[in-house]
Amino acid sequence: MIALNDIHFRYKKKKQLFENLNLSLQPGFIYGLLGKNGAGKSSLLKLISGLLYPDSGECRVFGYDASARKPAMLQDIYLVPEEFNLPPISLATFVNINSVFYSKFSHNQLQAYLAEFELQEEDKLSTLSYGQKKKFLIAFGLATNARLLILDEPTNGLDIPSKSQFRKIMAASLDEDKIIVISTHQVRDLENLIDNIVVLEHGNIIFNQNIAAISERLAFEYNLAGIPEGEVLYAEELQGRKAGIVKNLSGQDSRVDLELLFNGIIKNAPVINEQFAKLNYEY
Amino acid sequence: MEFKENQAIYLQIANRFFENILKGKWASGDKIPSIRDMAVEFEVNPNTTMRTFNYLQEKGIIYNKRGIGYFLADDGLEKTIALKKEQFIEEDLPVFFKTMQLLGLSFEDLKAYFSKYSGASV
Repeated sequence: MIALNDIHFRYKKKKQLFENLNLSLQPGFIYGLLGKNGAGKSSLLKLISGLLYPDSGECRVFGYDASARKPAMLQDIYLVPEEFNLPPISLATFVNINSVFYSKFSHNQLQAYLAEFELQEEDKLSTLSYGQKKKFLIAFGLATNARLLILDEPTNGLDIPSKSQFRKIMAASLDEDKIIVISTHQVRDLENLIDNIVVLEHGNIIFNQNIAAISERLAFEYNLAGIPEGEVLYAEELQGRKAGIVKNLSGQDSRVDLELLFNGIIKNAPVINEQFAKLNYEY
Repeated sequence: MEFKENQAIYLQIANRFFENILKGKWASGDKIPSIRDMAVEFEVNPNTTMRTFNYLQEKGIIYNKRGIGYFLADDGLEKTIALKKEQFIEEDLPVFFKTMQLLGLSFEDLKAYFSKYSGASV
């Protein structure tokens, strides 16, 4: 489990980013970290993985203090960043050099992922496209069998078949010990993979709910005509019609539209959060 | 798979299960694919397919043999038909009747169309 307790953080000469930030992440779930540009998503991921130190407060990862960067913790974390520089060596060489840091690294799994993504071990990393490099890092990260896998914009740069392969691989690799955190703007790509939505805005967590609770409490409509105003929580123009979020009074679980949900939360988080005030759902 | 309807994903996947059962792809006592296999096939979170399996188990359509997997119940087909019939009567028929009224179609008209349809589809 991961617990961020009363985190305060600011970059030098900038205004406070995190103030009293608290967050807990449980194994067995895929967390979707959403937020506008500059909301603090990447900084939060860096705090969790020990790449940034909080000014005060503590980030505990599997019982370790993240900023102590103990090897025992680090071998259980893999972070695929949004931007990266890879050395001009072959995939096989990269794997030989880096896999030794991960005690649960599986070469068999890596072979399977590379085959799935159509990557050749003898190719040089520097000759690959951005999307291919990204796929390689995702494959490597999964093969480490780290209990915490952090993916920053994993589907950026992936072609259409690769996005589908990515979803299949993620579905296959989640287990009850793993915590997967995906930060993304491409919500459509990952809509059905994520089971907890965490929304960050100006360094604050303004929303944090399980998808099962969301589909129980909210419904997403693409034509709001005829729906009583009191039931509408958020509305936007969509191709000439009004689409939006409404109270789910049907007793049927709804399909969650992450894009609408995100827009609604950014526009007016308290109205959305109010629907979860009396939440008694158990997953 | 594209999920389009307004229903929760786990229920849409349940509908795919019902299709397999109604079309006879899965028969009574058959072992059905695992929660994880289904998650991979539909490209969804395994927690979502787990909800599908729990839902079907609650309805008595599938059952779990610990450590072996999930199986279609002996009366899985009958239960599926009953469930789908109920859904059809409660959800689809009112919409259908409303459209009939709007367009001024009578039962007699309907009978004619139906005999044409069943004649063509035999």
